[in-house]
Amino acid sequence: MTLETVGAGAADCRREVLLTGLSSDAHTWNLAYLELLLEELGCRVTNLGACVPDAEIIEACRTRRPDLVVISSLNGHGRQDGLRLISALRADPALAELPVVIGGKLDVAGGGPHTAAGLLAAGFDAVFEDGAGLTRFSSFVGALAPRPAAPLAVA
Amino acid sequence: MTEIAVRPTPSFGEVVAALNAEGALVVQPRMGFADPAVMRRGLLATRAARATTVGTITLDSYTRLGDHQAVRQAMLDDAELNGYPIVDRDPATTAEMLGGVLTARFPVQVRHGSADPRQIIRTLLERGLPATEGGPVSYCLPYSRMPLELAVDYWRQACEMLAESRDSGAEPHLETFGGCMMGQLCPPALLVALSLLEGMFFWQHGIRCISLSYAQQTHPGQDEEAVAALQQLSRRFLPFARTHVVIYTYMGVFPRTFGGAMELLAESARLAVRSGAGRLIVKTTAEAHRIPTVGENVAALEHAADAALGALRRAAAERTGILEQAAALVECVLGLDDDLGRALVTAFARGLLDVPFCLHPDNAGRTRGFLDAAGRLQWQRIGALPIADLVEPPAGERLTSASLLSALRFVQSGFDDRFGARVPRPVLEAHTARGPRLRELGSMS
Repeated sequence: MTLETVGAGAADCRREVLLTGLSSDAHTWNLAYLELLLEELGCRVTNLGACVPDAEIIEACRTRRPDLVVISSLNGHGRQDGLRLISALRADPALAELPVVIGGKLDVAGGGPHTAAGLLAAGFDAVFEDGAGLTRFSSFVGALAPRPAAPLAVA
Repeated sequence: MTEIAVRPTPSFGEVVAALNAEGALVVQPRMGFADPAVMRRGLLATRAARATTVGTITLDSYTRLGDHQAVRQAMLDDAELNGYPIVDRDPATTAEMLGGVLTARFPVQVRHGSADPRQIIRTLLERGLPATEGGPVSYCLPYSRMPLELAVDYWRQACEMLAESRDSGAEPHLETFGGCMMGQLCPPALLVALSLLEGMFFWQHGIRCISLSYAQQTHPGQDEEAVAALQQLSRRFLPFARTHVVIYTYMGVFPRTFGGAMELLAESARLAVRSGAGRLIVKTTAEAHRIPTVGENVAALEHAADAALGALRRAAAERTGILEQAAALVECVLGLDDDLGRALVTAFARGLLDVPFCLHPDNAGRTRGFLDAAGRLQWQRIGALPIADLVEPPAGERLTSASLLSALRFVQSGFDDRFGARVPRPVLEAHTARGPRLRELGSMS
């Protein structure tokens, strides 16, 4: 369990965020924590939970059309599972531009620039390594373009 | 020639009861090693520990998931597995590993964590190890996305396999994992109810020797009350089964300091004795950092046994309503269907059972637990749980990411702050991949 607190204060943005673990990872407290954090950052969160197969994540992206996909992984298989997922996801033209980020303990060796660079090159928009704190993550979420208001949206 | 009555091997539950009758708390590690020689050494060291022990073989996580290709690949590559791959080790290797280990006073339980345990159960019966643990709810909801209905069917088949093995002489034993759901932040009444319901599911499918788990939570008095409720309700709902309660040392975020970890372990041993539990599954000081060594496991067993010696059975626990809540939950589920498996599936579908913070698709997710000012684990939201007349969740309490984090770390920080300053003991790590090195456990934070 390596979670970090962040200060409040990010603006309300009501972005739709799809939050998920990866296929081989059974950790869930990280996902429960991130759901609350993203809500505090003004997002509406769909939390798919742990052990989610790639096909299910991609299907949720197609049907839910989120503004951001957040992937959290703690079991050390995040790099290999993440690379496999992002190549399948980016292969769908409809999802080519979808912002997708990954964070956590991404390999058994403790991450590092090589791991992050590989994930970025494969198509992730940002990589948040464990231990670096969540300020950068919160800033990233805050900097996303606000979702256009739906005509009949209830505030 | 006179016929000599062959005394059948005593069941796991009978051994625990006999050892308890000698006045001892039975302590047990969570140990599991891929290498048969290390596994054997671990079992023998457990048996020889200065404590009343039973043995454990914990399986690796690929075996838990049924990914035998990954197990075999790891064995070919000499890669590290995080437990003993009993299904893929050839029977002769396991027989050699176990040779002379089992005695009438030292049974071994196989621990696995599988939502589909059928192949594991078949294998452990073939290897002469009829004691294991799990449950259709507790090994499905927290660790898989398998539909609950499917896990219920797999566990029914597993129970029937175990029950049939009785014909060959050995009495099978099954322990519920339901009292440990999510490791932390599940209010005790729900833990008690789930442990009982899984025990009753086992009974319905032919298991007669059952242990009921309960994991240490955040407040000693509250935990004693919960164990008392579990014992009382097991007499009501499982009157004809041989049962004992097994306590698990805290399963949430563990203290990082040597002193904090040792004191939390000692506290769980005292809880077991005060509440009259038969057995304790320990954790080690290495828990927050990595998989513990054989030596660290033995040290934990002996420390727990020493702490148990200084504790006395408590005549009566406090009463804040855990018994009533747990009874209401169990009775509600029993009223849904004569088949307990179907009743469990219906109960979760309707939110009548609903585990806080559990993200499984079949869990309603409308309940939440929180820690009150005294450190007791309480209900913040009860969703559709049938206990509305028994609890009053606080109005206006809002869970934030920061408050969740501090609740998750409450036990860790409390024990580290109070007991972390105790002199750390240097520990020689004999089997890290990088070879022996000295590490000051207490200095790591």
